[in-house]
Amino acid sequence: MKLRLRIASLSAPLIALAISFGLSSLILLFIGKDPVETFQIMFEYGTKGKSIVSIINRSIPLYISAIAVAVGFKMGLFNIGVEGQYLMGSLIAAFVGSQFSIITPIHILFIILIAVSSSALWAAIAGYLKVKKGIHEVISTIMLNYIGTGLISYSLTNIFDEPGSDYELPRTPELPESGKMPPLNNLFNLEDLQDLHGFVFVAIIVGIFYYWLVWKTTLGFDLRITGSNPVAAKFSGINPNRLIVVAMVTSGGFAGLVGLGPLLGYFHRFTIDFPTGLGFAGIGVALLGRNHPFGMAVGALLFAFLERSSQILDLNDVPKEIEQMMQAFILLIVVVFYEIIRRFIVKQQIKDASKKVET
Amino acid sequence: MNEAIKTNNISKTYPGVLANSNVSITINESSIHAVVGENGAGKSTLMKILYGMIKPDSGNIEIFDNSVSISSPKEAINLGIGMVHQHFMLAKNLTVLENIILGIDRASLKNLGLNKYKKQIQDVMKTYSLDIDLNMFVDELSVGEKQRVEIIKVLFRGAKILILDEPTAVLVPQEVKELFKNLEDLKNNGVTIIFISHKLDEVLEIADEISVMRSGKLIDTVTNKNVSKTDLAEMMIGKSLPTPPPRTTKTKQNIVLDVKDITSKTIDGREVFNNISFNVFESEILGIAGVEGNGQKEVVEAIIGIDDIESGEIHFGGNNIKNQSTRERLESGISFIPEDRQLQAMIMDMNLTNNVIIGRQNIEKYKSNFATVKTKNAVKESEKIISLFDVKTPNTSTLATALSGGNQQKFVVGRELEDDPGLLIASQPTRGIDIGAQALIWDKLRESRDEGLAVLLISADLEELIGLSDRIIVFYQGKLVKELKSDNVSPEDLGGYMTGLKK
Repeated sequence: MKLRLRIASLSAPLIALAISFGLSSLILLFIGKDPVETFQIMFEYGTKGKSIVSIINRSIPLYISAIAVAVGFKMGLFNIGVEGQYLMGSLIAAFVGSQFSIITPIHILFIILIAVSSSALWAAIAGYLKVKKGIHEVISTIMLNYIGTGLISYSLTNIFDEPGSDYELPRTPELPESGKMPPLNNLFNLEDLQDLHGFVFVAIIVGIFYYWLVWKTTLGFDLRITGSNPVAAKFSGINPNRLIVVAMVTSGGFAGLVGLGPLLGYFHRFTIDFPTGLGFAGIGVALLGRNHPFGMAVGALLFAFLERSSQILDLNDVPKEIEQMMQAFILLIVVVFYEIIRRFIVKQQIKDASKKVET
Repeated sequence: MNEAIKTNNISKTYPGVLANSNVSITINESSIHAVVGENGAGKSTLMKILYGMIKPDSGNIEIFDNSVSISSPKEAINLGIGMVHQHFMLAKNLTVLENIILGIDRASLKNLGLNKYKKQIQDVMKTYSLDIDLNMFVDELSVGEKQRVEIIKVLFRGAKILILDEPTAVLVPQEVKELFKNLEDLKNNGVTIIFISHKLDEVLEIADEISVMRSGKLIDTVTNKNVSKTDLAEMMIGKSLPTPPPRTTKTKQNIVLDVKDITSKTIDGREVFNNISFNVFESEILGIAGVEGNGQKEVVEAIIGIDDIESGEIHFGGNNIKNQSTRERLESGISFIPEDRQLQAMIMDMNLTNNVIIGRQNIEKYKSNFATVKTKNAVKESEKIISLFDVKTPNTSTLATALSGGNQQKFVVGRELEDDPGLLIASQPTRGIDIGAQALIWDKLRESRDEGLAVLLISADLEELIGLSDRIIVFYQGKLVKELKSDNVSPEDLGGYMTGLKK
């Protein structure tokens, strides 16, 4: 692709960002707040050392969740069930991981494997239902989210609850020391700040792996052509049913990693207040980052930044809900601009191609 | 007699295709006017222009002697033109009455006033002697009745000119009779009917005047008194065949594709094709002739493995491939040019480098030991195809959608021919493309055949079929009804077998 087209395709999220800042400013003005001052406060607070660590920690599960969603998106499959899948995987991994102790790297690797396989298995149900019974994955994954939530609260209370604990709420036993992922503060000389989760390395590896899988492998190629033209994909010899199950399981496998940042780095056990909603947030990030590993990384950091920096607003008498509106503006507007830019690029290419015919 | 519609020099070009070329047609009021022609002759384009679905590049239209420009179906309806599509546009879980008034009012919260409309619709039905139970759900109606609902719907909107797009294609014979009776009644009540078809018997039965189209041009308009079916077929297909250079090589005796007694049925037990057997030999082009919908497309999809067969066997290169997946069949050396390049052969929003891999994802040339795509080979291959098949494109990273139809098709044909297949199945290989691209594709197919390739060619273009094939088999109603040598067959003969007129 030519340079100017690359620039054009990058401009969409920037334009969306600018417009949504504009719209948010209007709303701030409407409620009698000074937008410039508000954004200044947010920026100052959001770029403090403490905030940056928190933003990175927060963006890790967001990013991985976005990748899980994007794997499905790439073949036109809407896995709305990342939410249930990661919670399921986190619970099982937290419990199994707490039952024994070995040397740290192996222990952590084991927990990762447990989480990935249980989430993948949970996602496979939706794949099976689609292939065998023709049930649309949006319906089945939403339903599986509800079923998952129920199953999790039941089993957390009745099966996985820490025995002999005098803590009022149900929770799994704590991971032994060997199952905790050490923070990276020493590595980066951040002694006086809060813990920077070691899982950030896993997130980076996951991003690279996702890129390789979707853009470099034959499987990824099959996913992408099925996503853009299922009929041609079938004529090219792809077995759509097999691919649906593979994509669903892969997506669920990635989902299994979503809860592990918080689990291994901070919570060290599964409790009632384990972070939820990351699966849904991932859908937005995937949309914003256009299923691209780099785009989604930027998107995850951006959303994490907005969430963190808005924490200060309440103290300054500005409702922090303005941040959620901004997220929504960005998503709505970016979808529109991606489409405009896509059409522009196609038009340019048609122009170039017809020039070629004339000469 | 008054003129209902008159077009002057209507032309419409799509990138690389001349769909309508200077079409001037006159349609008299209160008559049934048939427009006939092969698939791709330009009938639908002309009708879509009259119904405001597409805009002509040039030319003008007069409706009841007023010059008009029709830019949307809504305007067409206001001018009194209604269209009944081949595929019905009905909501099946609503009643007939609800379907007829659907979209008449702007959406609002006020009462629909069903009874008021009911009375008006009943008046329309009485005027034109059309009968249907307005309270039935569309779901419960037969195909013929659904069609009648569509006609009433259009008349209720005030149509004085009715365009029927292949109305008999979906009907059984008794329903056709009933439809024709209805059409006569409509005509006698002043409605003008444009009847699109390629079934000549029906046209001769019902039409007052017949216009024949071929390759985007109006060949002639004749009255139904002094014309025979042979005359029409000749006009439709064209008398003069291009004379291809005489073949210098010979068909070999090795059987490449051996189809034995294959049968397929739909879920509800309707026969799609029955007891089909044929061979394709090495260095031979075997043509399949048939009016669309007579089973030839399904046979091809069964050979590729997209559809299952109920019984019979398919052997390719000596192996029974009946139980192989599509992928296994493609990898064992069957190449396939599907009839719809944009829907079935290419990924329009991917570039040519990616498109060259379609159908070959798993072969060693494009798949490394680490299961990754060998992009370098794909670039090389697409460059090769671009130069060998004269594909006009800036480079290999151009999106498929940016190319004209002819260039897309040349690329697809190149992809399918360049990896030395044992068998090529070519379905409508030159449909809707410019003459230059067509000639190139014909040459390439002949060349490959002379080098030993077995080709199964399916085409609605009888000139192409006769000009390219060594032998031709004819499908009619899901059966193989005739096998012919192509050097002594005329399009008229072929047309006769295709329509069941000759046996």
